[in-house]
Amino acid sequence: MAKNTLSSRFRKLDIDEFDENKFIDDHDEAVDNQGPDGTEIENLIRIGDTMTAFHLALRNPPLNTKNPAVKERALAIVLRVLTSFKSSDIEPAVKSLDRSGVDLLMKYIYRGFEKPSDNSSAILLQWHEKAFAVGGLGSIVRVLTARKTV
Amino acid sequence: MSLHQFLLEPITCHAWNRDRTQIAISPNNHEVHIYQKSGNQWVKSHELKEHNGHITGIDWAPKSDRIVTCGADRNAYVWSLKDGVWKPTLVILRINRAATFVKWSPLENKFAVGSGARLISVCYFESDNDWWVSKHIKKPIRSTVLSLDWHPNNVLLAAGSCDFKCRVFSAYIKEVEEKPGPTPWGSKMPFGAVLAEFGGAGGGGWVHSVSFSSSGNRLAWVSHDSTVTVVDGTKGSTPSQLKTEFLPLLSVLFISENSVVAAGHDCCPMLFRCDDGGSLTFVSKLDLPKASITRNISAMERFRNMDKRATTEDRNTALETLHQNSITQVSIYEGDQSDCRKFCTTGIDGAMTIWDFKQNVINDIHWNEMLTRGQHGPQLKTRLSQ
Repeated sequence: MAKNTLSSRFRKLDIDEFDENKFIDDHDEAVDNQGPDGTEIENLIRIGDTMTAFHLALRNPPLNTKNPAVKERALAIVLRVLTSFKSSDIEPAVKSLDRSGVDLLMKYIYRGFEKPSDNSSAILLQWHEKAFAVGGLGSIVRVLTARKTV
Repeated sequence: MSLHQFLLEPITCHAWNRDRTQIAISPNNHEVHIYQKSGNQWVKSHELKEHNGHITGIDWAPKSDRIVTCGADRNAYVWSLKDGVWKPTLVILRINRAATFVKWSPLENKFAVGSGARLISVCYFESDNDWWVSKHIKKPIRSTVLSLDWHPNNVLLAAGSCDFKCRVFSAYIKEVEEKPGPTPWGSKMPFGAVLAEFGGAGGGGWVHSVSFSSSGNRLAWVSHDSTVTVVDGTKGSTPSQLKTEFLPLLSVLFISENSVVAAGHDCCPMLFRCDDGGSLTFVSKLDLPKASITRNISAMERFRNMDKRATTEDRNTALETLHQNSITQVSIYEGDQSDCRKFCTTGIDGAMTIWDFKQNVINDIHWNEMLTRGQHGPQLKTRLSQ
């Protein structure tokens, strides 16, 4: 048995950082979206125009930024819009999106699943069902394989 | 469509001989089995046992009748038939990870091996020393090379790899060939030069399979984010990507200049069409399940189900498609890449299926073409009438 079993300092070392063959993603700094505009969307929800709020919320997704605060803010805004929808309005909203819109919606839905709360889970599941009907398994696979997440 | 179930083991890869009377398959182990067609049956005629690790790629050169195999043991062997026995010749690839894919060049004087060592080994025969020599293409590949395809000019090589990119390299070996003429992909082609690179950039998954069209002007690839992409070298370098709603596809093949067949984890081959403008559309699935008939279950079957499965329902667990598990490879059976009449698929279920383009499929493609010219848009889905 090795004598030096007392020191476990080496266990805090991240060996992958020293790997010279480590894969570094091509980082596209070019377009740095800041996420949707919160105040305008709040106004739209208040007057009941959830469809426009929905389209606005899905614009400018913060895909490229590494700042978690920006991503959290965008996620909160999108979830606010998704939870303010009535169940009957979900399907036409999903139908109004194009292919990449459905993929983006799926990304937000799965991010929303990560922190379930009382009022969000049920409506998110309904959104998921409608988005899956349009996007199919491919849209879920693209959520899993995306290098740039929302 | 005719399905032949070889064994229960997955068929890792397969290769046909020139007249399609023999097929070489690997049943997910260290060996290659060659089956000979006799009537309607396939009879095993040879077993090629030399590799020490799982076989990952087989290719059969149609004209020179040589088989090249590569495996997880980091080796490749070139097999030649002498006196009815296949004799192997070791090829020193100089890789320190498993080989993943191998393909003969169109003129069969070289072959390329993709590997987990993040490089491609292009091998040619040096007659002075009577052995196969390998040259490496390393930069800028950042991860395992999953798939390769040669351009018809015998020099350009497309490679799909796990770093989410599809690249076109030059594999020009001055010892065995003349300098190639210019192509839409580029004109200066020293060995190892990258002529084009696609993919990555946000989306993207591992590129499972690549295919050049018969003219070499178009390149198609499928990747793990459930997309199919085609790029036309003559029309600039913007690829046209189609995000499918299916599970990821694993193998892609051009069957004419405008049509692409791909198959993968959905266990069903799918037809895509690439029009003259270069945009890609989904045409249809080629495996149409028969409408399921709800049949009356006999009392005997009910008791049997109750005994075996603790249920009295008739729950058929088989898939509706012909293949019962993912399809890993698509190859041409009859015809060539400019006009394929039949193609073959093998998969993890150990089955090999030959698909026939019946006349009505071709009619439906022409019908779709007529409608798109009439500005109805390419979104029309065609239904195969069977």
